[in-house]
Amino acid sequence: MKSKADVVVIGGGSTGTSIAYHLAKLGADVVLVEKGYLGNGSTFRCATGIRQQFTDEANIKLMKYNIERWKKLSEELGYDINFKQTGYLFLATTEEEVEAFKQNIKLHNKFGAPTRLITPEEAKEIVPLLNADEFLAGQWNPTDGKANPFKTVFAFARKAKELGAEIYEYTEVTDIIVENNEVKGVKTNRGTIKTDVVVNAANAWAPIINEMAGLDREFIPIKPYKHQLVKTEPIKEGQIEPLVCPPAWNDSYVIQDGEDGGILCGTGLEYGPTYDMTPTYDFLREVLKWATRIIPALKYVHVLRQWAGFYAKTPDSNPAIGKINYIDGFYIAAGFSGHGFMMAPGVGEAIAELIVKGKTHVPLDWEWYDPHRFERGELRSTAFQIG
Amino acid sequence: MSERGEKIICRCNEVTVEEIEALIEQGITDIEMIKRLLRIGMGPCQGRTCIPMVISIIARKTGKSPDEIKLPATRIPVRPVPIGVLVGEMDEE
Repeated sequence: MKSKADVVVIGGGSTGTSIAYHLAKLGADVVLVEKGYLGNGSTFRCATGIRQQFTDEANIKLMKYNIERWKKLSEELGYDINFKQTGYLFLATTEEEVEAFKQNIKLHNKFGAPTRLITPEEAKEIVPLLNADEFLAGQWNPTDGKANPFKTVFAFARKAKELGAEIYEYTEVTDIIVENNEVKGVKTNRGTIKTDVVVNAANAWAPIINEMAGLDREFIPIKPYKHQLVKTEPIKEGQIEPLVCPPAWNDSYVIQDGEDGGILCGTGLEYGPTYDMTPTYDFLREVLKWATRIIPALKYVHVLRQWAGFYAKTPDSNPAIGKINYIDGFYIAAGFSGHGFMMAPGVGEAIAELIVKGKTHVPLDWEWYDPHRFERGELRSTAFQIG
Repeated sequence: MSERGEKIICRCNEVTVEEIEALIEQGITDIEMIKRLLRIGMGPCQGRTCIPMVISIIARKTGKSPDEIKLPATRIPVRPVPIGVLVGEMDEE
């Protein structure tokens, strides 16, 4: 194991591996440490979706930029991460929701996301198995999409290593060495790495890392909430390609896995805060009740797998991204509240540029995601979260 | 027979021994990553057929003892179940 580095990234999910890749690309000598295997925390448990359809300027702009990155990511990383622009389709069940959709669409369009209102008939053309009679209208953005989380993390890590980064899996951080409010190193169960810069990309586990650096655990109050997914056997391609979600139905959604054609089903039922990852029968019943209302034909399909993962939630469901002013050389990109995978390319690039160049060209609103906003009691409008 | 190789190890997702060996030769020896890049053990059999064979291939190629290779998590349900049964609208076949 290396005994020193320019930057140590803690956490090997989509955010951490993206940061490591972008740092290595900028010529930094970077080490990434991950306590399990890459992706095991949250990325490998996610529902694969990538959307611009948020309800505030900062998230829409960041995601619009991310879509451009995702489009070129396979080529850039030299590995097919299977990004597809299959869209996100939200469905309204009441006139009030249709009005809210119209407002959302105005906002999306203002910041360049081509969302539009569609009829139930149009929705049925996009999702042939849809129970369209239940819905009044759709909020449709065909440029949203999905990608393979396994391949994405693998590709970021592989390219980072090609560019000189070192990645240590099964390596747990035990302490952050801070002297005179400056980062000096990272202690792990496999040895100590001297460094002046640490990035906390541990998402659900980020408060534990903050505490090791001498910060209060509640300074950035990220809490792990257990969310779950059910996956079915593969069905014919093209049946449920977009993520389909009627928000009024407990934020339930279905989306066809771009890799094998199975259907991923999620819903808003969450447990926590907890670090427990045991799947629950209650969830299975709840999610399938809604999934079969959205797509009645799912009744005839078999469930293959169910698993859990965390939404690492902040009080406003927006991540904490940026520099921690109390400790020189300490940065954070965590608390993604279910949106880490979709934001990973742009966030990794922005943090890497901030560290190496002191500024970034990525349209990331540092003030919006300011890690210090919680201690000031300043919350953003809640980021639009589903599932 | 698959065009990607000769001997199928994972029948659910048609993964061959050659594909597994190719990953190991690239330095990907962790069963967790091999599973996810090739989708081994993620089909209807839940890895009952293929995972023991994958472990012996990794052991043979890396010189590790099979006991050192940890089994990936098993997901519920143990056998595929029709959704209609779970939502109470169908009887089990």
